Amino acid sequence: MKLTKRALMTGAAMALGLAATATGAMAQDKTKVGFVYVGPVGDGGWTYEHDKGRQAVEEHFGDQVETVFVESVPEGPDSERVMTQMALDGADLIFTTSFGYMDPTINVAAKFPDVKFEHATGYKTADNVSVYSARFYEGRAVQGTIAGHMTESNIIGYIGSYPIPEVIRGINSAYIHAKKVNPDVQFKIVWAFTWFDPAKEADAAKVLIEQGADVILQHTDSTAPQAAAQAAGNVYTFGQASDMAEYAPKPRISSIIDNWAPYYIARTQAVIDGTWTSTNTWDGIGPGMVGIGEITDAVPAEVKAEALALKDKLASGEYHAFTGPLKKQDGSDWLAEGETADDGTLAGMNFYVEGIEGDIPQ
Amino acid sequence: MDLSAINPVLLIASLMVAATAVMIAAIGELIVERAGVLNLGVEGMMITGAICGFAVAVQTGSPTAGFVAATIGGAALSLLFAFLTQFALANQVASGLALTLFGLGLSSLLGQGYQGIKPPATPRLDIPVLTDLPVVGRILFGHDLMVYVGLALVAAVWAFLKYSRAGLILRAVGENHDAAHALGYKVVRIRIMAIAFGGACAGLGGAYISLIRVPQWTEGMTAGIGWIALALVVFASWKPWRVLLGAYLFGGVTVLQLNLQAAGIAIPVEYLSMSPYIITIVVLVIMSADKSRAPASLGRIFHATS
Amino acid sequence: MLRLEKRRQPSQAFAYATPVMAVIATMIFGGLMFAALGKDPVAAIRTIFWDPLFGQHAFYYRPQLLVKGGPLILIAIGLSLGFRAGIWNIGAEGQYILGALGGAGVALAFYPMEGWFIFPLMILGGAIAGCAWAMIPGLLKVRFGTNEILVSLMLVYVAEQLLASMSLGLMKNPQGFGFPGSRNLQQYPSAHNADLIANTGMHWGVAAAFIAVIFAYILLTRHQLGYHIRLTGEAPRAAKFAGVSPARLILFCLGISGALAGLAGMFEVSGPAGQVSIDFNTGYGFTAIIVAFLGRLHPVGILLAGMLMALTYIGGEIAQSSMGLPAAAIQMFQGMLLFFLLAVDVLTSYRLRFGKGEVA
Repeated sequence: MKLTKRALMTGAAMALGLAATATGAMAQDKTKVGFVYVGPVGDGGWTYEHDKGRQAVEEHFGDQVETVFVESVPEGPDSERVMTQMALDGADLIFTTSFGYMDPTINVAAKFPDVKFEHATGYKTADNVSVYSARFYEGRAVQGTIAGHMTESNIIGYIGSYPIPEVIRGINSAYIHAKKVNPDVQFKIVWAFTWFDPAKEADAAKVLIEQGADVILQHTDSTAPQAAAQAAGNVYTFGQASDMAEYAPKPRISSIIDNWAPYYIARTQAVIDGTWTSTNTWDGIGPGMVGIGEITDAVPAEVKAEALALKDKLASGEYHAFTGPLKKQDGSDWLAEGETADDGTLAGMNFYVEGIEGDIPQ
Repeated sequence: MDLSAINPVLLIASLMVAATAVMIAAIGELIVERAGVLNLGVEGMMITGAICGFAVAVQTGSPTAGFVAATIGGAALSLLFAFLTQFALANQVASGLALTLFGLGLSSLLGQGYQGIKPPATPRLDIPVLTDLPVVGRILFGHDLMVYVGLALVAAVWAFLKYSRAGLILRAVGENHDAAHALGYKVVRIRIMAIAFGGACAGLGGAYISLIRVPQWTEGMTAGIGWIALALVVFASWKPWRVLLGAYLFGGVTVLQLNLQAAGIAIPVEYLSMSPYIITIVVLVIMSADKSRAPASLGRIFHATS
Repeated sequence: MLRLEKRRQPSQAFAYATPVMAVIATMIFGGLMFAALGKDPVAAIRTIFWDPLFGQHAFYYRPQLLVKGGPLILIAIGLSLGFRAGIWNIGAEGQYILGALGGAGVALAFYPMEGWFIFPLMILGGAIAGCAWAMIPGLLKVRFGTNEILVSLMLVYVAEQLLASMSLGLMKNPQGFGFPGSRNLQQYPSAHNADLIANTGMHWGVAAAFIAVIFAYILLTRHQLGYHIRLTGEAPRAAKFAGVSPARLILFCLGISGALAGLAGMFEVSGPAGQVSIDFNTGYGFTAIIVAFLGRLHPVGILLAGMLMALTYIGGEIAQSSMGLPAAAIQMFQGMLLFFLLAVDVLTSYRLRFGKGEVA
């Protein structure tokens, strides 16, 4: 261990074009895992769930592993510095948990060939950089199914953050499955153009409710829409990122939970065992990266059973959330009968499927 | 596309809610600026009020206690600013910005352990008969109490500035602190009271967000509303009723653009998100014909023997 | 009772001593806070102030101080000119964004062509875009008498929306698989604002910051325009008699501060940041206002204040990861430092007296 550390430090110093001032001083027997967060750990959403994953790593490995993290790191040069600093301080594995950290991760990884990097939601890999993301759209399929059954006004509201493939994928998946169980369903989509602004999210939810939506799906992380739905009465919602169980059993009738813990534990184990290789992971419900929160009693038993059956089929891989026949919004053919979408198209999805009204803002 | 989906009654009712927090904070800042002090730390005081109010409401189970705590928290933080600018004669712009930085940090430290908790509900006004009236019932009588507190505050500040002797003195201090001092008024004491009032209002506005509008606690949840409050004061050219107008306009544009989106009208969203700010600028230009102007001593440092 | 008495002229000794006093006071109170959070206060303070400069990995952090401090100084210098004349541009954040969009726009228009002239054109594009954005409050103030504080602040939010729109639309990387964000200019040699000497952190933006410091110093001490700026701030009526045109001064101060903020954005987007993205701006424009005041609106003071701010940022990040301090504690610590720096400055121009008399 000591030897590899020394090699690492020397490599780092050389890569930075400077004398190896740091050699060997940091030798230690623990495996050190770093986490770079884009928001505060108390955001109750995205970063909060990543930090739960970090805590799970600490719990699982105990004294074998030391974890460090820096929160609210802006994308760009600040993140590059934080990663470099973690690597200099002897981190063996660094998780960078925002899309905007992609190029900085690649840059820093090139300077520290012996440190392993894991970048969330990106697409650039290297010998020591893996990427990982979750197939949240599988969870959206389950949500869409429940939503399609639950709506009485046939209007489902959807709060989007920014029009990026991740969000568009979720809208399409939810729509396809809501339509399947309720052909009359209509989606009203509102773009908040912010990742985080609870007050604006609350406004968006209220507007959707006022315009007749009685089920609200959200792709923003705060519980503001849940509270708005509760105040309005007969409106159903789904938890996003975290379980939001405090709003169960109504309005929150289920949720999509980001569960990074199994992946983080597995990758840390791989580093300890020396079996780590660069991979491209995109896991869904099956491996447990996407969790479906408890479906409450507000949902009729047969709907719940149908949703759970869909969840099982998605988990086993028997069914793909994007299975043909499907057309794009403009009416052109996308997937033929029985054909499933390839990951490349899904990753860069920038179109609505047939039936959704409105344009994606450009 | 379906414009009929937009219900004007509900639109007005929800813009009143959307406008309340920023209005309360702005009316407090108006008093501060009328006294000749520019406190740019509204955002920091709001978020501190948001967590103070939230924490106390959760601990005691009483939203009222929460709102009281929020005013105390906001006022306490503002006294830090008062000390810097009134005793240490520090620059007000820089002190205000530092106050925001400090308040954001303080609130997230205080808020550790309060994530994912639901605060006790604040009852909504429900007067039999009146609330059930068509149109006006929902607009006038269907809100939570704080909406009315906000309106009452605007009216009170207006009456205070226009009719009371204390209001006259406050304005004199803001217009010409040297003359006010020569007349024997305690410039520093008056300004400290004004600053504390501004802090209390900002705290109250913050608690409105964390206890009613959202309601939850997350770090940085005011998300820039304090800055908009500052803009509103200037927009209102330091007149209380125009704060109300401005707040409703601002809330209205935000709610309207979301409404248009939901109605499926193809609008360039990012450009519409800009619109409240651009409209503020436009209105500002239009209103510049108006003779009303900033308090003459605004932002200037006062020292009795200088 | 304590009271303040104005000195005949500002004390030189206190001008140098007060910043040191403030830093020491911050260390004491910050240390108490860290202790209250259950961390070793001495270690925390050493990590923040000492490690980036002289610690084990200082070879990496020292250049980073330039990377972080450069834009702050460049923007603050521009702002300080206006602040001296009583012209309040607090929308530098927006001008910074526009500068980045202007610079990156030029680069992306030429992509993938290579040529020596591209980078100078980008500099021009960034400066013009930032300057133009600052001219909006300037012209409105001159023409209609609108308040520049408000207009420049409002334009920050407009610029942020414009930035989001550009990263999602016009400037989106066509090879980016639909993800937001532009091409990375670091991989486009003609447009890349690289370190002038590798691994020193010394890129063109830092060089520009140093040039701006010198330029501002000469302007303020040697040039008539600098005299007019100071006169307008200290005695507006006298300035009018001296023949200073307020309109021209407003446009100059806003224009120059906008251009410098735009340059900072352009150097950032083509260098350390590399690309236009939704969250490209990180508050440099606002922090620079604080830096300008911490530096007492003096070019050399701003240089030092910018480096001090950069130090607390970098040291704060190290303290977070190596000691587990929450980011909020670091933020409060920075706030305290600013409070103390602002509070003790009074001693430069005033002395404390015990005795009777009204507390002013």
